[in-house]
Amino acid sequence: MGFFRKKEEKEVKVHKEIDIKREIKKAEAEKEETLWLKCTSCMELLYRKEVERNFSICPKCSYHFPISVEKRIEFTFEPETFKEFYSELAPYDFLKFKDTKPYSARLQELKEKTGRNDAVVCGSGRIGEIEVLSAIFDFSFMGGSLGSVVGEKITRLLEEGKRRKIPVIVFCSSGGARMQEGIMSLMQMAKVTGAINRLKEDGVPYITVLTDPTLGGVTASIAMLGDIIIAEPKAMIGFAGPRVIRETIKEELPPFFQRAEYLLEHGMIDMIVDRREMKQTLHKMLSTILS
Amino acid sequence: MKHYLDFEMKLKPLETRLEEIKRFYDVNDPHYAKEIKSLEKKIAKLEKEIYSDLSPWQKTQISRHLNRPRTLDYVDHLFKDYFELHGDRKYKDDPAIVGGFGKFNNLTVAFIGHQKGRDIKEMAQRNFGMAHPEGYRKAMRIMDLASRWKKPIITFIDTPGAYPGVGAEERGQAEAIASSMYLMFSLCVPIVSVVIGEGGSGGALAIGIADRILMLENSIYSVISPEGCAAILWRDGTRAKQAAEYLKLTASDLYQLKVVDEVIKEPLGGAHRNWKETFTNTEKALVRHLEEILSVPPEELKEKRYEKFKRMGFFLEEK
Repeated sequence: MGFFRKKEEKEVKVHKEIDIKREIKKAEAEKEETLWLKCTSCMELLYRKEVERNFSICPKCSYHFPISVEKRIEFTFEPETFKEFYSELAPYDFLKFKDTKPYSARLQELKEKTGRNDAVVCGSGRIGEIEVLSAIFDFSFMGGSLGSVVGEKITRLLEEGKRRKIPVIVFCSSGGARMQEGIMSLMQMAKVTGAINRLKEDGVPYITVLTDPTLGGVTASIAMLGDIIIAEPKAMIGFAGPRVIRETIKEELPPFFQRAEYLLEHGMIDMIVDRREMKQTLHKMLSTILS
Repeated sequence: MKHYLDFEMKLKPLETRLEEIKRFYDVNDPHYAKEIKSLEKKIAKLEKEIYSDLSPWQKTQISRHLNRPRTLDYVDHLFKDYFELHGDRKYKDDPAIVGGFGKFNNLTVAFIGHQKGRDIKEMAQRNFGMAHPEGYRKAMRIMDLASRWKKPIITFIDTPGAYPGVGAEERGQAEAIASSMYLMFSLCVPIVSVVIGEGGSGGALAIGIADRILMLENSIYSVISPEGCAAILWRDGTRAKQAAEYLKLTASDLYQLKVVDEVIKEPLGGAHRNWKETFTNTEKALVRHLEEILSVPPEELKEKRYEKFKRMGFFLEEK
């Protein structure tokens, strides 16, 4: 019995709250290569090289670590087929927002660090012989938050999909809205939803892949509107973050709450797909739908 | 019970005395008539002093004022022969969102709105206007009826946000909000939204996809509550006042940002100080905007609604 209890305790740790700021810091810190890393899910100490060789999947518990946009492209599309769109769009600090540092300084810093203007990469690529349009969130850029640029890029991509009748796949990983853009961040939810509506009304397939974590305004627009919704194993998916919920209800949360497996059980997503099989799954799905 | 905010407190003794005289004494008695006059003068002066230059944080407090009219108060005063519908036909009836049909300005329209509740008991029963997925699903049911019956829709926004709870997540809070917005982009009937109190994030936006978005002067509309914002950014909820400044959440800010189409004037001090004037102003604005969009062909309406939201956002395009 004692043996079992120990295992249970370990699993409870899976539901550790996601602290966006800390996650960002961690993501930044991870740029500096360390030899070892700790699995967020099972807390095992892992050899970094081994994890990386394994598609950034924990060899012990198969938790899927967040991966870079470049890796996502490499794992999903045929080599050299991905072409990026709208990279000229850039954010600016239109509210003159300042928290611990000004939003403008934050943006400048991240641009230098990531070489990217904002938190999403859009483009087209091939999966097998099938051409698709795709948006990939970058969690390391302000927690993949939904600002004006993210909203505009995805809207343009969806319009392109409608115009050319090409399926759109969005890989989500986001903490939700971007507070530094205030109401405009909220309105991006509406804007992309309008574009999704127009794409779907024309019968063009819209697929979302939810990766760890997908929260807040991104879940309540882009993510949950997929014609088909796929999630990576153990990804945290929800509207409110677990910390907010715990503070509101003043109770411990049920085991596996807001994890992909929990959402599948409750009928909120279609399937959970291992990263190593994502490309084949998408290919099979698309070729079946499109034939 | 009249409720006073901290910065309104100076008014309390004067107004209490005024009411006392009006209730218990002969107002025609010259002695009391004189006192009434002087009291009214003092109140008017004080009102001007207190309310003429409200900060975003003060407006936030007014937007949540306990005596502020709620959705059903507007419906009750502006609608004739109205009736409420209940339940989402899937799980339960969520009292945090109300909706139904009625006659507004001799025209049958659907109404949908968050309902906060007035006294403690009703507030608890209505979960302070924080809806669960079934609330949004009830709203969608009514929108669908309005669409088939070709009736315009008026939505009243007044919520701290969608409820963050286990049941809400389990039953798909995010899906319900997304689907409600999605449906509103599909509808070919005119939609007007009025923010009457608190426009709290996704929970507000879920019923806020409209052809015209109006806001009462002292209402707020924000991506996150000032308290929540302060707690996340500075780990200090008490800096809400500062967050309210940065978030640009007041009606005039949102008008400047071109998110709202019109700011509806409130009586001096806020809607809670004079309901009747608030209803009259709101009615006038609603009639005007509805008339304008009623003449637009249905398909064009839908297209224009998308274009309206598509324009929102600020970015640079480097060439």
